[in-house]
Amino acid sequence: MPPLVRTAGLSRHYSCGGTIVRAVSDVSLAIEHGDFVAIRGRSGSGKSTLMNLLGLLDRPDSGEYALNGREVAKLSEDGRATIRRHDIGFVFQVPALLPRATALENVELPLVYAGVPPSRRRRAAKEALERVGLADRGHHWPNQLSGGEQQRVVIARATVNDPALILADEPTGSLDSATSDEILSLFETLHHDGRTIIVVTHATDVADRARRQITLHDGRIIKDAQVAARNSPLNTAVLGSSP
Amino acid sequence: MRGLESLRIATRALRVNKLRSALTVLGIVVGVGAVVCMVSVGAGAQAEVSEKIRTLGANLLLVMPGARNSGGARLESGTQPTLTEEDAASIRRELVDVRVAAPLLSRSIPLVAANKNWVTVVAGINADYLVAREWQVADGRSFTSDEIVSGAKVAIVGSVIVEELFNGRTGPGETLRIGNVPFTVIGVLGKKGAGAAGRSQDDVVFIPLSAAKSRVLGAVRGTTREALDFISIKVSDATAMPEIERQIETLLRQRHRIRADAPSDFKIENPADILFARGAAVRLLGTLLIAVAAVSLVVGGISIMNIMLVSVTERTREIGLRMAVGASRRDIRWQFLIEALILSLMGGLVGAVSGAVAAVAIAWKAGWPILISPWAIVLACGFAGFIGISFGLYPAHRAARLDPIVALRFE
Repeated sequence: MPPLVRTAGLSRHYSCGGTIVRAVSDVSLAIEHGDFVAIRGRSGSGKSTLMNLLGLLDRPDSGEYALNGREVAKLSEDGRATIRRHDIGFVFQVPALLPRATALENVELPLVYAGVPPSRRRRAAKEALERVGLADRGHHWPNQLSGGEQQRVVIARATVNDPALILADEPTGSLDSATSDEILSLFETLHHDGRTIIVVTHATDVADRARRQITLHDGRIIKDAQVAARNSPLNTAVLGSSP
Repeated sequence: MRGLESLRIATRALRVNKLRSALTVLGIVVGVGAVVCMVSVGAGAQAEVSEKIRTLGANLLLVMPGARNSGGARLESGTQPTLTEEDAASIRRELVDVRVAAPLLSRSIPLVAANKNWVTVVAGINADYLVAREWQVADGRSFTSDEIVSGAKVAIVGSVIVEELFNGRTGPGETLRIGNVPFTVIGVLGKKGAGAAGRSQDDVVFIPLSAAKSRVLGAVRGTTREALDFISIKVSDATAMPEIERQIETLLRQRHRIRADAPSDFKIENPADILFARGAAVRLLGTLLIAVAAVSLVVGGISIMNIMLVSVTERTREIGLRMAVGASRRDIRWQFLIEALILSLMGGLVGAVSGAVAAVAIAWKAGWPILISPWAIVLACGFAGFIGISFGLYPAHRAARLDPIVALRFE
């Protein structure tokens, strides 16, 4: 089975006032199914651009990108939309919900574009909300939910279509530390359930929850290391149970 | 994504800004309303004209006495009693295409029947007049030629007279005093309704012309007993009417011995022409208003485009989010196109209803038949929808062309 994500020489340049900014430069990496990866780096290191490339929101200027064994770097905008719809779930820094839709409707959104019939859609959305502990909040409007709850709704939306890859960009960036902890635990649970997660962050405590840390500097990978499971009781339990 | 889903998203977005949506479609409302109203009013006016021409009798010409010159001042038309029964007879005799030339002499006179009275137009005619007007006797009979010649005291009355004087009795056989002279009613005319001037044509009493001259009207006119109000001429062929008009002119000038350079002492009118002219005036007004409506629709379209552009900008983040969770460009384009289409169709619907209401009000006020043209509604709403789509295309295209990353970061 090929790795879920494999890039080779992935590059993205911006032209800014005559100078070329290499936001992502010659990045080659492979991420296996079921991994929990943190992409670290200072602001301006190119980590968000890398996430946009991996999430097919952006197109690389050069290089190759195979998702689940399929070459996707040269896809058209609509081809990329189709992959985003079925294979990728996004969690953004600021909880991005449609203000005029209920929590449940927000969670349903990817299924709407996937053409899933309403009754099945509703059931799947309810299950996803249940998984993030918001089963009773389905009919609330986003402005009736706390920041942490909103981010959990976003996570429910990111997982509702059972994507191969979950991408999170500073998912705790706008939350207080207690709420951050809840959200991070939620990611760990998702990982434990076998999902592949890539978190982009500059915060050490977030990165420490991951199993693998990739550090970017000036658009290049300068460090790529497996993390010994230590902080999380869940990870300890998992490791402890293995022979 | 299914159309139904786009529809739901679009209606929700429009409901959020109710007032703004309502103001946006005002131009469309006015445009569609004006089209529906004017087409309906035009159709009503046209129907009214046709109906009047029908009741008038087809292919009719009227010859009326002209104005008299009195020391340089031109007096009112009809002040010179120049037309005679002999003129009518000679028109009938000399001109091939004239089917009938019916003389008429009339005046308002009080009527008395039993204990009721009523003032109406009493007209002396011969049987030709009813032919010219295509007027049937509904109950009873018409004049016999003996009655016409001898000036018998018999009358044919309109339906209004029956209602006003005979207390619901049928009419024929009743006695009617015209002035002081008793007449026997021999017939009741079929209904004609309002005439060109708006007065009921059924409020009338016809008696033989000879009786009118000798017994009722002739003496009081004070001029000559031969003078007529007008001669109604029925022409057998509509295309021959201008030619007949010319021939009558020549004939009567000869008979009246008018010098070549002198004006005629009579005039010839084609009442259908006058009605047609009035109908044409309404149609012209309608055409102008429809031009205004077209401008209004285009302006309405531009305001839809304007608001849709604002909406796209306002919802840039929403668009980015929808794209991130998998909306294709087509999905986004549809969402905004359908929104524009719904806006314009709502405007069209409101406009059609208010236009129809206005048309009913105008028709009611003017006494026209109410004719709401369904094809005008369909056409106007269709055009409104077309405007919505065409002016919604660019904003929808702009929304669909957004770069998801840029849209997501948009503040």
